[in-house]
Amino acid sequence: MTVDVSSRLLSVCLAIACAGASIAGSERTQRGPTVAAAANLNFALTDIADQFARDRGTRVDLVFGASGTLARQILDGAPFELFLAADEEFPNQLVKAGLTRDAGVVYALGRLALFAPKGSPLTVDADLDGLSSLVKKGAVTRFAIANPEVAPYGRAAEAVLRKHGLWEAIRPRLVLGDTIAQAAQFATTGNAVGGLIAYSLVLAPGFADRGTYAVLPETDHEPLRQRMVLVTQARPAVVQFYEYVQSDAARAILRKHGYGVPE
Amino acid sequence: MDWTALAVSLWLGGGTVAILLPFGIWFGRFLALRDFRGKLIVEALVTAPLVLPPTVLGFYLLVTFGTRSPVGQAFQSIFGQPLPFTFTGLLVASAIANIPFVVQPIQRGFETIPATLRDAAACCGLTPWRRFLRIELPLAWPSVLTAAVLTFAHTLGEFGVVLMVGGNLPGETRTLSVAIYDRMQAFDDRSAGTMATVLLLIALATLMVTTLLSRRVHVGQR
Repeated sequence: MTVDVSSRLLSVCLAIACAGASIAGSERTQRGPTVAAAANLNFALTDIADQFARDRGTRVDLVFGASGTLARQILDGAPFELFLAADEEFPNQLVKAGLTRDAGVVYALGRLALFAPKGSPLTVDADLDGLSSLVKKGAVTRFAIANPEVAPYGRAAEAVLRKHGLWEAIRPRLVLGDTIAQAAQFATTGNAVGGLIAYSLVLAPGFADRGTYAVLPETDHEPLRQRMVLVTQARPAVVQFYEYVQSDAARAILRKHGYGVPE
Repeated sequence: MDWTALAVSLWLGGGTVAILLPFGIWFGRFLALRDFRGKLIVEALVTAPLVLPPTVLGFYLLVTFGTRSPVGQAFQSIFGQPLPFTFTGLLVASAIANIPFVVQPIQRGFETIPATLRDAAACCGLTPWRRFLRIELPLAWPSVLTAAVLTFAHTLGEFGVVLMVGGNLPGETRTLSVAIYDRMQAFDDRSAGTMATVLLLIALATLMVTTLLSRRVHVGQR
């Protein structure tokens, strides 16, 4: 008897569930052009995309994240058509997996900056002398960098700290951001004395007035050669955007945001 | 304020309730009324999403349905798009994550209906189907309502699975909770604050509405 109700109830349920799912699923529309970009580009690329929309009348959707996370998502089938990474290694993984049109191009050279929020005991300088003395005194509460495993800017930060012989001492004090943007967030909040973050983010509106910074010499770490690649199924609008990022107009915006641009 | 993200959140919440509620009523009632071998493990499986970190579900979904797995490739060749990084994929993830929120209250609701009541209804000549519709469902109604509201509210608050399986695509998988994270990363504390307030208000409103409704149902029963 119960079985009877149960099975009838089950079929009613399945019918309603299917109807519900199809209504909810029908909300989908054709995706606009979608671009995945490393978090350090949050402001520069938004400016470039705005300029692109004004010049060419096409809007592209920008999704920001850690280069490693985005690469992994593209490998797993995420519908991104262009990938602007913070390094060359992650785009090369996609090239090797055969998911891209070609090997892509280097579009920008990233820089690191040492940042200290207002009220921090850390004095910032390009040689990291202030940080060294703070480490020696044991006065570093927290220090923010991006996670070296997924974020190229984190890897560069690790290289800098190693070069100055600070890595082992500061390691227990590190807070790791998923992306360089989260690291920047950490560097300004909580009890962090500062952090090593992307120069482009330090220059961002809403950030500059939060503290002091010093740009590090390019020789302190492997250059952050930022490469972008077109995914095989990229549509014409995205290919146009890819070319636009290499144009003089876009290069000027990148320079304004603290990037170097390739010859 | 990202209205598209709010719309995605509401569609996801509504869709999850639409998919899960009928299943929950059937399965919750089934668990309440029947004893069978292996019930313990079934109940544990149903409750598991409650205690597992969302990353576990996200991991399994990506590994199973990602374009690099055979299942994912088969899915893509049949439906023309992969399951992860789509709204449908989010719906599937969210339906799995919310199973305990819908099954448990409903099971408890049906458990409180005395067996003698069902027997009496049967003696009066009501068919099983009418017994279910006229006696059981009205009595279990408050718990069904609780299940629906809990699921809806919990889906709006879902973050980890959404970010892992959905990947932050505007208009498709960027829900309000992901949009807050996204705005924080852009140092846009103002938008993040607005959206956080909206989510807080929605959460409070839904919970208050449930309490009110279930109170009215109880009063009506007396």
